[in-house]
Amino acid sequence: MNWVWIGSNLGLIGGRILEHLALTAPPIVIGLVLSIPLGYAASRSSVARSVLLSVGGILYTIPSIALLVLVPVTLGLAILDPFNLVFALSIYAVAIMVRSAADAFASVPKDVVSSATSTGYSGWQRFFGVELPLAIPVLLAGIRVVSVSTVSLASVGALIGIDQLGSFFTDAFQRSFLTEAIVGIVAILLLAALYDVLLARIGHALTPWTHQQSAQTAVLRLASAPVGGDS
Amino acid sequence: MNLFASAIAWILDPAHWTNGPDISAHLLEHLAVSGLCVLIAVVIALPIGIAIGHTGAGRGAAILVSNVARALPTLGLLSILILLLGIGLLPITIVLVILAIPPMLAGAYAGVESVDRQTVDAARAMGMTEWQIIARVELPLALPLLIGGLRATALQVIATLGLASAFAFGGLGIYLINGLTQFDFTQLLAGAILITALALLVDGLLAVVQRFVVPRGVAHGRSDPNTPPKRTPARRRRALQEGMQS
Amino acid sequence: MIEFRDVSKTYPDGTHAVRDFSLQIPARQITVLVGSSGSGKTTLMRMINRMVDPSSGSIEIDGQDISQVEPVKLRRGIGYVMQNSGLLPHRKVVDNIATVPRLTGVPKEQARTRALELMDTVGLDRALADRYPSQLSGGQQQRVGVARGLAVDPNILLMDEPFSAVDPIVRDELQQEVLRLQSELAKTIVFVSHDIDEAFLLGDQVVVLAQGGQIVQQGTPEQILANPANDFVATFIGADRGKRRLSVSPATSRGDDRVLVDAGGYPVGVISAPEGRLAVADAGPKSRSVSNKTDQAGDA
Repeated sequence: MNWVWIGSNLGLIGGRILEHLALTAPPIVIGLVLSIPLGYAASRSSVARSVLLSVGGILYTIPSIALLVLVPVTLGLAILDPFNLVFALSIYAVAIMVRSAADAFASVPKDVVSSATSTGYSGWQRFFGVELPLAIPVLLAGIRVVSVSTVSLASVGALIGIDQLGSFFTDAFQRSFLTEAIVGIVAILLLAALYDVLLARIGHALTPWTHQQSAQTAVLRLASAPVGGDS
Repeated sequence: MNLFASAIAWILDPAHWTNGPDISAHLLEHLAVSGLCVLIAVVIALPIGIAIGHTGAGRGAAILVSNVARALPTLGLLSILILLLGIGLLPITIVLVILAIPPMLAGAYAGVESVDRQTVDAARAMGMTEWQIIARVELPLALPLLIGGLRATALQVIATLGLASAFAFGGLGIYLINGLTQFDFTQLLAGAILITALALLVDGLLAVVQRFVVPRGVAHGRSDPNTPPKRTPARRRRALQEGMQS
Repeated sequence: MIEFRDVSKTYPDGTHAVRDFSLQIPARQITVLVGSSGSGKTTLMRMINRMVDPSSGSIEIDGQDISQVEPVKLRRGIGYVMQNSGLLPHRKVVDNIATVPRLTGVPKEQARTRALELMDTVGLDRALADRYPSQLSGGQQQRVGVARGLAVDPNILLMDEPFSAVDPIVRDELQQEVLRLQSELAKTIVFVSHDIDEAFLLGDQVVVLAQGGQIVQQGTPEQILANPANDFVATFIGADRGKRRLSVSPATSRGDDRVLVDAGGYPVGVISAPEGRLAVADAGPKSRSVSNKTDQAGDA
C-alpha cells in the first residue's frame, strides 16, 4: 500500500466517491419507483408476471459493457454522457427489482386485502393504505440487493470512460499500481455498506409494526411516565 | 433496428466463423472457462450450502459472505488479482468463482431449508441416519431450488466473463472490447448478442434439466418447477424472517 | 412396558418442558397422554424414540435403559405416526410404507409385498399404491402414515396427534380404525392428543397432563369420568359445564358394566367388565373394550 499516494490524492478519491454516489442514487430510486407498479401488475396477473419476469431475466443477461454502449447508440447520446450509465444501471435495477416487487405484493396476506375491501377501502386507498405498506419488508429486502449490486456494477462505466470509483481499477491496471485498485474496492464496499445501512434504517422507520420489542419498550416508557405532567 | 440487423449479419458472416480465432473458438473458450468456474463454485458451495440448510447453523455468516461478495466489483477484483498474479487464466478463474459462490450457496441452502421440517422430522423418527436424511429426503426435494441456484450462477458467470476480455482474455467479450476500442458498434452489438444468446441457451438447457429432476410427487403440489433463479434471495429472506419468528 | 423414571427436560433457555415425570406405560394397551399445549405431552412421547433426550432421569423399555441404545436403531424398531403424516412427498405410497424395511435391508420386492398387505390392514385400496402423497386425501394420508408406522411390525407405536388435522367425520373413521387394528394387533400404543373425547374413546389408560408434564390424573376413562381428581380435570373434561359429551350413567348401568351416555342422555356405548369387575390402571393387560353406535358388532 502506498499511503503517500492516498494522502496526496484525497481530493481525487473524495471527488470520485461523490461521482459514484451521484451516478448510483438515481438508478436505485428509479428501480424502486418503476418496479412498484410493474411488480403490482405481476402479482395480479400471471400473464403479466411471466412476461415481466422473462423480460427482466433477459435484460439482466445482457453484458454490462454492451448495455453501456448500446444505450447511447440507441438514444443518440454522446458515449461519454454520464446519463448513459444512469440509464443502463436503471435498466438492471428494474430488471432485478421487478421480481422482488412481485414477490412483495404476493406476500401480502390475501385475507387482509379482502377484509380491507369489505370494510370499504377503494382501490387506491387499499393500495396505498394496505398493500403497499405490507409489501415494504420484501420490497426493502429487494432494494437492498439492488443498491449493493448497483454500486458494484457502476464501476464498469470506467471501461467507456465515465469517471467514478471504477476509474481507479482501469488506472491501476494501466499503471500497474495496486494501491489505486485497493482504494477503489474499499471505497465501493464502504459505499455499498452505507446504502445498506441507510435503507435498513428507512425500512425500519417505515414499518413500526414489525418491531415488537421497541413497541413494548415504548409502552413501558409511556406507562412509567408521570401522567399529565411535563414538569 | 438497423444496427441489430447489421449485427446479426455480422454474426452470420461466414468470414467470422472461419478465419483464425473465429467465433466458434471464442465461443468454446467462453463456454469452457465459464463451465470450469461454475464447476469449482459448485464443488465449494454445494457441501457448505447443504450443511447450512441441514443444520440451520451458519446462516448469518453465509448471508454476510454473500452480501459482501455481491458488493465486490468484478472489475476491481480482476485488476487487483491480475496485478498480483499476472495476466492469465488463474486470476480470471478466481474472480469468477468468488462471484459464482453466493448464488450457488443460496440455491443449495434455500433448497435444503425449503424442505418441510415435518418431513425431515418424520424421516428422523423413522430411524434414518443424518446422511440418509440428506441423501434420500433433503437433496431430492431441494433439487428444484438447487438447480435454480445453478442457473443463476451460470447466467452470472457467462455474462460477467465478458469483462475479462478487457484484461487480455479471449472469449466472446473480445468482440465487446474490440468494438469499444474501434468504435465498431456492429461488432460490439454482435458480441453482446452472442454472450446473451449463450447465457440464455445454457439457462434454457438447465431449465429443462430442472423440469426433469423435480420429484414427481412434488410436481403438482408444492413448488413451481419453473422457479426462476433470481427469486431465491427474496425467498430465502422470507424463509429466514419466518424462521426467526417461530 | 415403557417406564419413565423421574424424567425432566430443561431447554437451554431455561424453560422446563417436563419436570420429574414418572409413569409406567403397560404393554399391549393404548395409553393416551392428553393435555393442552405446553403440557409436554409431545416432548414426553418423543423421548421414547430418543427424538428428545431427557435432561435427567431415565426411560426403560422392557427393562432396558434406552439411553444405551443407538437412536437410529431404536427408532427403526418403533412405529411413529405424526400429525401431518410426514410422508415423503417424492415417493409413491407403497415406497413410503416400505421406507423403513428398505433402510434395514429388506429386499425391495419383499418390502413392497409387505407394504401392499399393510395397505389392506389399514383399509387402503391397493389401487392407491402408485400414487404420490399429494394425490391422496388427508384421511388417506394418515392411513398411509399408520401403515408406515406398522411396517417393521414394531411392538411400540407412537402416535403424535395423528388425527387432529383431518375433518371430524374422517377422524371418527380413523379412530375406529385404530381400535379395530389394536384389537387385532395388540401393540403398545402411546397416543398423544389434546382432545379429551379422543383420549376417552381410545385410551385403555388416560394420563391427564398439566403444564410441565405434571400428571394431574391417570386411570381408565371410566375412573376419570366418574371421579375427576380435582377442578382442573373437571374443567378439562368439561364436566363442570355439562359440556362433556360422554359420561357414565349410573341409572342405566347394570352389574359391573357401565353405560356411557352423551350430553343428551342417549346411550352411546357400554364399558364392559367381562371378569366381573372394572379394570384398573395398573392391572396389566386386560380386555376392556368400548363399543358404540358405529362399531357395535366388533366387541364384547
